[in-house]
This record gives sequence, C-alpha cells and structure tokens, in this order.
Amino acid sequence: MTGWPLLSTITFLPLAGALWILFFVRHEDEALAAKNARSMALWASLVTFAVSLFLWFRFDRASADFQFVERADWIPAFNISYHMGVDGISMMFVLLSTLLTPLCVLASWEAVKSRVKEYMIAFLVLETLMVGMFCALDLVVFYIFFEGVLIPMFLIIGIWGGGRRVYAAFKFFLYTLAGSVLMLLAILAMYYDAGTTDIPTLLAHHFPAQMQIWLWLAFFASFAVKVPMWPVHTWLPDAHVEAPTAGSVILAGVLLKMGGYGFLRFSLPMMPEASAFFAPLVFTLSVVAIVYTSLVALAQEDMKKLIAYSSVAHMGFVTIGIFVVNQQGIEGAIFQMLSHGIVSAALFLVVGVIYDRLHTRLIERYDGLVNRMPAYALIFMLFMLASVGLPGTSGFVGEFLVLIGAFQANTWVALLAASGMVLGAAYMLYLYRRVIFGRLTKEDLMAVRDLNWREKVVFAPLVVLVLWMGIYPAPFLDVMSPSVERLIENYETSLASAESPRFADLWSAR
Amino acid sequence: MIDLNLAAALPETFLAVAAMILLLLGVFKGRGATALVLWLSVACLALAFVIVAASMGRQEMALGGFFIADAFGDFMKLLVLAGSAVSLVMALRYIEREDMARFEFSVLILLATVGMMMMISANDMLALYLGLELQSLSLYVVAAFRRDHLRSSEAGLKYFVLGALSSGMLLYGISLVYGFAGTTSFVALAQQFTGGEPAPIGLIVGIVFLAAGLAFKISAVPFHMWTPDVYEGAPTPVTAFFSTAPKVAAVALIVRVMIGPFGDLVAQWQQIIWFISVASMTLGALAAISQTNIKRLMAYSSIGHIGYALIGLAAGTVSGVNGILVYLTIYITMNIGTFAVILCMRQKDVMVERIEDLKGLSKTQPGMAMAMAIFMFSMAGIPPLVGFFGKFYIFLAAIEAGLYVLAVVGVLTSVIGAFYYLRIVKLMYFDDPIEAFDRPIGREMAIILAGSSLVIVLLTVGMAPLLDGTAAAAASLFPG
Repeated sequence: MTGWPLLSTITFLPLAGALWILFFVRHEDEALAAKNARSMALWASLVTFAVSLFLWFRFDRASADFQFVERADWIPAFNISYHMGVDGISMMFVLLSTLLTPLCVLASWEAVKSRVKEYMIAFLVLETLMVGMFCALDLVVFYIFFEGVLIPMFLIIGIWGGGRRVYAAFKFFLYTLAGSVLMLLAILAMYYDAGTTDIPTLLAHHFPAQMQIWLWLAFFASFAVKVPMWPVHTWLPDAHVEAPTAGSVILAGVLLKMGGYGFLRFSLPMMPEASAFFAPLVFTLSVVAIVYTSLVALAQEDMKKLIAYSSVAHMGFVTIGIFVVNQQGIEGAIFQMLSHGIVSAALFLVVGVIYDRLHTRLIERYDGLVNRMPAYALIFMLFMLASVGLPGTSGFVGEFLVLIGAFQANTWVALLAASGMVLGAAYMLYLYRRVIFGRLTKEDLMAVRDLNWREKVVFAPLVVLVLWMGIYPAPFLDVMSPSVERLIENYETSLASAESPRFADLWSAR
Repeated sequence: MIDLNLAAALPETFLAVAAMILLLLGVFKGRGATALVLWLSVACLALAFVIVAASMGRQEMALGGFFIADAFGDFMKLLVLAGSAVSLVMALRYIEREDMARFEFSVLILLATVGMMMMISANDMLALYLGLELQSLSLYVVAAFRRDHLRSSEAGLKYFVLGALSSGMLLYGISLVYGFAGTTSFVALAQQFTGGEPAPIGLIVGIVFLAAGLAFKISAVPFHMWTPDVYEGAPTPVTAFFSTAPKVAAVALIVRVMIGPFGDLVAQWQQIIWFISVASMTLGALAAISQTNIKRLMAYSSIGHIGYALIGLAAGTVSGVNGILVYLTIYITMNIGTFAVILCMRQKDVMVERIEDLKGLSKTQPGMAMAMAIFMFSMAGIPPLVGFFGKFYIFLAAIEAGLYVLAVVGVLTSVIGAFYYLRIVKLMYFDDPIEAFDRPIGREMAIILAGSSLVIVLLTVGMAPLLDGTAAAAASLFPG
C-alpha cells in the first residue's frame, strides 16, 4: 500500500456526504433544508467524480495486475481483510458509477419534492456501495457491498416510486436477495476449500471440478437475477417502471452491470471448467432473452417498460460475449456494459424529461414532440440510435465485438443474436416515431417546453461519451485489453490441464 | 470432602445476596421504593457484569463439581447480565405508567438472572434443574405481573402450565440418563462415552427427553406453541426481557448439555437438532407473515432466530459454537433495540401493538424510524448491518460440517423472513402516517435506541475483538 488510499477515498466520500446531510442539514424551513441537501449531494458526488478521474489518468494501461491496491486487516481470525484494488475490468465501472450519480442528483433536482434529504442520502449511500463493490478484492467485502445495495434501492423505489411502487420494491428486493444468499453459501464453501476470501489468491486457486459446478450454479443464481437473464428478468420491468427517473438510471446504468462484472470476476476465472460446461446454457438463455424480450418490447405501451425490456435484450449480448471467452467477445461485453450503462441511463433520463412535464409514460399520450421540443428530439434520436447500435455510436462497437466473438464460437448463437439487433432497431424506431414525429394534436402537448439548461447539462457528458466511445473506442479498449488477455490465458490453461466435469459426478460433489 | 470454592461463583453469590437485600429494602421502604430498587438492581447487575468481565478466561469448578466457571459461561453471563439490565431500564417508565410499579418486579428479575447464571454454569444435571427452575418460577410470576389484566394472567398461567410440563419432561430425561449412566455429573457422563462404544438405548431416550424439555425453553418448533401467546400477553417490558436474557441462558444450557456430557454422541442427537432447526426456521419465517400484532411477530421472529442459532449446534464443532455466540450477541442487541421501539408505541397514553400503528413513522419520528429500519434490515441479515455476520458465521459452520441442506434451508427461509421485516420498513417509510406516537419517549429510551443502532451499524467494522472473545469462549467448551 503506497501513497494516498485513492479507492477508499472514492468509495467513502459519498458516505461522508450522506452523513453530513443526515446530521448537519437541518432547517426549520423545509424548502431551504431541501435546497441545502440537494447542493450538498451534488457537491459530494461531483468531488467524488473529480477524484475518480485520477483513476483514469494514473491507471497503468500496460499492466494486467490490480492497481491502487489497499489492504488492511479486518477480521484476522477468519483471514478476512479489507482489500481494495482495480484492474482493467473494474476500473471503468467505478468511473461509470461516479459519473452517473451526480447526473442523477441533477436529474432529480426538481422532480423530487418530498423528503429530499432522505433521497439524497439514499443516493450517496448507494454510490458508496456501488463503487465499493467494483473495487472490493475480498469476497466478503464484495458481498457486503453487493447486497448492501438492496437497502437504498429498496427505499428509493418504495418511497419515491410510482403507483405500484410497493410491489415493485418488494419484488426487486426478494428476487435479488434469493439469488444472492445462494452465492453467500458458495462464498462460504470457497472459503472452506481455499482458506481465504482474498480474490487475487482465489483467482490462482483451483477448485475441484465437481465443486465448481455447484459454486458456478450458486453464483449464477445471483448474477443471472442481477443481469437479468431470461427467465428471471421479470423484476426488472416492474422495478424500472415504478422507480423514480434517477432510480431507473442507476438501476440500468450500474446495478445491472454488477451481474456481468460478477461473471467476469468470479465465474470465469475461478470456475473455468464449470463455465465451459455451462456455456451452452448461458448462450441459450441469452439468445432467448435477446429475441423474446425484443419482441415483448415491441408490444409495450409504457416507455419505461419498453426500455427495460430492451435492457434485458442488450444484457443478453453481454452474457454471450462473456461466455464465448475470446478477446473480442469479452472486450465487447465489457464495452457493451459501459455503453449500455450510458445509453440506457440516458434513455431513462430522456423519458424522465417528458414525464416531469406530463406525468405519464404512456406512449399514446405523446406525438409530434419534435414541433415543440427540437433539442429534445435531437438528443432522444442520438441515444435511440446508440441503443439500436448505429455505427459511430458506442452501442455499435460493443455489439459488433460481441458478434465477432460469438461467430468464432458458435455461428448459430451469432446469427440469432444478430437478429436481435434488427428487432432492436424495430422497437426503438417505432417508439421514436410515435413519440416524436407525427402531427402535434394533443392539447396538453401544445404548451410543452423544450429542455432547460439544467437538463442540457445532464445530457451533455452522456452525448460526448456516446460519440467518443463510438468514434474512437481505442482508449477504452486499451484499458481492458491486458486484463482480458490475462483472464483468457488463465482460462485456457486451466481448461487444458483439467478434465471437464460430468453430470454424473454432481451428486458425489462433497 | 466437597470443595466449595465459592470464589468461582462470586457473581452468582453476589447477585443472590443483593436480591435478598433489595427485597428487604423494598419491604421496609414500602410502595415508594420501586424506582430506587430498580436502579439499585441495575447497579447490581452492572457490578456483576464487571466481576464476570474481570475474571474472564478462568476455568474452575465450584460447589463440589456442580458448578463450572469457564470462558463460555462467562461470555454467556455477560450477555445475560446486559440483557437483564437493559430490560430493567426499559421497564421503569412502563411499570410506573401501567400501574404495576411494585418493587418485587426488579427483585424477581434479579432472581431470574441468578437462575440463568446457574443454568449457564451448570456442570451437573441437578444444578441444571435447580438453575432452570429458579429462573422459570421467577419468569412465571413476571409474565403474570399485571395480575388484574386478563391477558397478562392468561400468559402467566399458560407459561406456567406448559413450563411445568416441559420441566417434567426434562426431569424424566434426567432420570433416564441417571438410570442408564449411573451419574448426573457432566464430567463423569462425558468420560463414559469417550470410548466410542454405543450408548444404551434408554440413555438415548433420556437425551431425547432432555432435548425436548430444553427445546421448550428456547421455544424451538415443535415446542414453541406457548411463545406467541406469552409474548403477546405478558407486559411489554417483560416480553422484551423474555426475548433476550432467558433465551441466551437456555441456548447456553442446551449447547453445554449437548456438547459437554454428550459431545461424543453427536451422531445420536445431531438429527434431532437438525430437525428442530429446520422446523423452527421454516415456521418462524412462514407464520410471521400473517401476524398483525407486533409482539406476536417478534415471537415468531424469535422462533426463527433460534432455528438459525441451532444450526451452529447441529454442526457440533468449535466454529458452530462460535457462530452461536456471535449470533446471540447480535440477536439480543437487535432485540433490545426493537423492543425499545415497541415500548415507545403509545398513542394518547395507551400502548398500541398493531403493526399497522407503525405507519408513517418515518414522517412523525424520523430518528426512531431509522433505528427501527436498521434493526429490521439487520434481523433480515442484510449487510453491511451486523445481523448479516450472525448468519455468516452460522452458515460457515454449517458448510464446514457438511450440513449443506441445513444451510440451504437456512438461507432460503431467511429470504422468506426478509419479507416480514421489510413489511415493517414499508409501513414506516412507504405509507402515510395516521396518528403519531406520544412524545417524549424519555431519555433512557433514546439512549438505548441510539446505542443499539450504533452498535449494529458499527460493529461490522470492528468485529475482530468480539470474535476473539467468542473464539476463546467456544474453545473452552471443547477440552483438549
């Protein structure tokens, strides 16, 4: 451990901001207290983002090792330590989290009027947990952050959500919890087998093949719900529809990536034989997800629900990319996650803009918005096209790389996944036509106002990123390349040296 | 020559004498002495706590082998003493308000505490029974302490009848064990089974009866029927007391009996514990869902939590016992906090007990709602709150012992259980208030609430010292 503990600073700065709001932002006048809470939250998240930029500039792009490593004893009796560090796989997710949080605070500036203080505290705590999860290099620390996310998200959906918020909040919480408790048991079993929960050590540890099968399934239960993969995706449309705009942004932008990150960090390197064994299962589920949820998205009447289903389809690409285990596939998957984190977050913000004005998400209540809101129509179009995967936007790079990777592994998977891109274009363009084009006939749309400066500020960084990642993706791919290379190399060596597990062995896996 | 060695039993002796002196004091000072006796009792408990804490790490026998003082016992005694003391402090306002301000209340709790400490340190079947009965008789009386209230009397009577039945079973089990083994001493019993030869069937039956009697005391399924009724009927501070100190003592007792004299027969009793653990977890999770009274809900919650603690016993290993110790420490902290909130549930000078009454608490009393939310998330075992670590070490022990099914059932029921804890959070945070609770809640309540929620949040960071303590305590149960 050398120098300033950068990762801990990034992780716990938002928490410090939350505590500050909790204890020091008090005022007789509720409106004034709300105002103070907002600006405090914005400053805390902006400073965090500024600090996290150091990661981007100081990151050694040639190294596949964990960097900015910090380590402190925590529970020595059980060999559990507070161990933090990032590599090429996790570093950009940290940045994604720290970027989206201030945007969320800004996006909720006027939309959230009740209990502003609690709202901001929830978001800052959420940021701490998300960042900590991507930085954790100890399984127990990881799990704490991973599951701790449920608490603020449950409150955000349940308190500030829409009509069926209670149902959505419970569904979100219980679905995710059910998946992750099984992962907890797997973590305990890994600790029992390897005597440590230190992730770098575990990456080098070889688990018995039969045990890997069980471990893989337990981790899969957790991550598949989180991604979410078909058929355990049903919590997502509910949660997205009912969550407040900023909640959907974080949910789509960061929380879904936890599953993909988990596959990359744990399932592939720690259980390579099991991953190879189960890859066909993942492919099947992913292809079903891509095709099925795209079709479902076509039929949606609710904009947020449509984008939620499109998220499931896009995350299907991610899981395919991860489990084809080649350079293009995995880099594509990571890139797709980052791109989806920005694009879907932006799309939810786009929906949030008109929701704030008209308080409805039903597509049929809108038409011809381009006449009144040209700037809005432009921004919507950009993100819509990025979601479709138009070359020049970030969405294209990710999906293209995944398809190249998939083609090397399995032609059929690549073919079916590619059909998802066509369907994606169909439902997104259809949505765009219905909302933006056409004649403006609805009475209440006549007076609707275009984006104000605050909303433009929110969209500006996302627009820049989508184009940058689409036109010149090299800086992003360079960051991940060495780590991905090492991951694949280790994967191949352990596969070559071990015999593959058989189903018949499952029941003797003790 | 019987070796008395009373110094080893100093805390118990001190508390017993103190209880009698306070009884005299109360009798002579009359009705006005309630608060004084209560605070003096708290002071005595605190002093006993200090004595036990100062002598941690000893391992000696007393009263001619009837009594053993070891690290395990000392750790459990600390929990019991803390639980009793905090329950007494929480009770003060209540008993003054609800017209049950009689000094006997504190004295009875002191006597019950002495009984519990005897149970924890029992090293002989007879000492076990004596301690248990001293505790139980005191508890029967405090359960019915609001004697002119129908529900309280009913709770006391139910508790007494069923408690007597279970004591009978226990005694029957003891006599069978004595009949087939020829001794009641834990040490002598343990020596009989070290060889590995099969135990006589009569002795096994005796152990089954013992386990059943003890399962009643810890309110494990299928001997849990009394718990919801007694929890609901007893005055709330008494319920708070029931769910903390006696629980700890009874768990300590069942652990000591199973691991100590019958430790080598683990294969015989493991399946019993396995079954009552699964049954308790499942019933605790499912039955709590439909409850409308918060005290009944807490009763089912306690049944579920006992199920988790028993996983550690079913493992029958050092790490299992370690898990139980961590679990109980965390459990009583959460319980004390939760009951402090329940004791604050008063509207227009009347105690309310419906879960619905918590509606909108986050708007009327944000601080209390936050504390309660912390307790509920912690009980559900969600990290980073410390309730997670309770479950963590228990499940770790289960995995190490190869009890995979038990572990899977455990985590799945904890998901079901999360539902009703979340329901309370939902009522407090998602719903609008109907009527606010009375204020002020009192300084001691505020301190207990703030203290227990801080412990639950911060203990996660500083787990290491607690684990050192539990590790030493758990190791002391396993000789060699």
